[in-house]
Amino acid sequence: MRPLTAENAQPPANENAKLPAAENDKLPDTAVAGGGIGRDGPAGVAWTDRKKYLWLLGLAIPLAPLVAWGLVTATGWGGFWYLGPFLFGVVNPLLDLLLGKDSSNPPESVLSWLEEQRYYRWCTYAYLPLQYAGLVLACWMWSRGDVALWEKVGLMLTMGVVGGIAINTAHELGHKKDVLERRLSKVALAQTAYGHFYIEHNRGHHVRVATPEDPASARLGESFYRFLPRTVWGSLRSAWRLEKARLARSGKGPWTVRNDVLNAWALTVALYASLIAAFGIGIVPFLVVQAVIGFSALEVVNYLEHYGLLRERTPAGRYERCAPRHSWNSNSIASNIMLYHLQRHSDHHANPTRRFQALRHFDEAPELPSGYATLARLATVPPLWRLVMDKRVIAHYGGDASRANIQPGKHARYGVTPPAASGETPA
Amino acid sequence: MSHRCPVCDYEYREEDGAPREGFPAGTPWAEVPDDWPCPDCGVREKVDFEEVR
Repeated sequence: MRPLTAENAQPPANENAKLPAAENDKLPDTAVAGGGIGRDGPAGVAWTDRKKYLWLLGLAIPLAPLVAWGLVTATGWGGFWYLGPFLFGVVNPLLDLLLGKDSSNPPESVLSWLEEQRYYRWCTYAYLPLQYAGLVLACWMWSRGDVALWEKVGLMLTMGVVGGIAINTAHELGHKKDVLERRLSKVALAQTAYGHFYIEHNRGHHVRVATPEDPASARLGESFYRFLPRTVWGSLRSAWRLEKARLARSGKGPWTVRNDVLNAWALTVALYASLIAAFGIGIVPFLVVQAVIGFSALEVVNYLEHYGLLRERTPAGRYERCAPRHSWNSNSIASNIMLYHLQRHSDHHANPTRRFQALRHFDEAPELPSGYATLARLATVPPLWRLVMDKRVIAHYGGDASRANIQPGKHARYGVTPPAASGETPA
Repeated sequence: MSHRCPVCDYEYREEDGAPREGFPAGTPWAEVPDDWPCPDCGVREKVDFEEVR
């Protein structure tokens, strides 16, 4: 098959939806008349999806609180409540190291077929009932007098991880054109009170990605702890402005149930009110802290996805179209399974509505030294992060740091003269 | 007349408009602002849409 390049990552009109006839000639078209083809491949093409059943492993995270309950009940040891952070913070990075990388792509001619297979959708839908069963369990445990505080803290961390990865599930669902999937996206966000993500991510982040204006694109020299308040507050403000502007075009004010920020938050209010009614006011600290852990886990992934990368301006003053070079990728198989191919981030930004199972690796996309789960740990220790990542950003720009998205006030560190005419001023 | 997003094949038809976006049925393409991004993928703006007949 032909090499994947920036050019065919951004096809001129219709390659995304339709198959170029010439591609079919290059495939081993065995048994076109319907014989001998496995259920994991399209008719007429000898290709099987080796990751097909691995996607179910992503459900290990929302299963963690339920499995932990079983293990604590069976053994009497409360340490099992820490299963969530153990899986995401220890097991996943280790598996990234041990299992290595997978850069294989499905043939171009099967992409449409692959996207239509409903099995893959159910892998994401299944996250939600498990997520909320775990949340109810956690609230019940938190309300009980016979569970020690250190055990409750473990369960809170586990639910935080479940909520954080749920934002990733919501991300996959929210990008789709299907109304049901868009609704499920908001449901998945309710646990972490991050319903505005549905608006801001699709209509804000994807439009402004890898520019200084995007609150969710981290800048070279910006630590995670500086990025976190900027992205949390900036994304919330941007989501509100986007909905306000959309409703204003219809002559409506922002205070309506049609406002997708408000109706998504209403789900959280209803959820939390029901849980407090069932388990008492004592679960409020649990609800607040698990939500903060959850959205912080999402934001640390946001931090590493575009760190330092910058789209240039065209002569007309617009930003160039988002290309594979504007996102950090990883082919580590463990994190890719855990995060529904989120690490094939360049293809995601080139084709945001493409389903996770059909996202492709591009040779020219910048590659992280390990998976997102490992890099997320690194991001929480800024000196280590800078040591590993700053040289990679600068190398990506051929040694010319001035082409990177630099944190205002940090230009001198990279030997770059601050742009005098920039609208950005150091805080 | 209709215009199609070059990335995700979303199509703006003047007879349908995009009511959720604030463009009621019958809104001419010329009245849609240039910086309006595709409502489905958000990758590119109106000026990049391609005319479809």
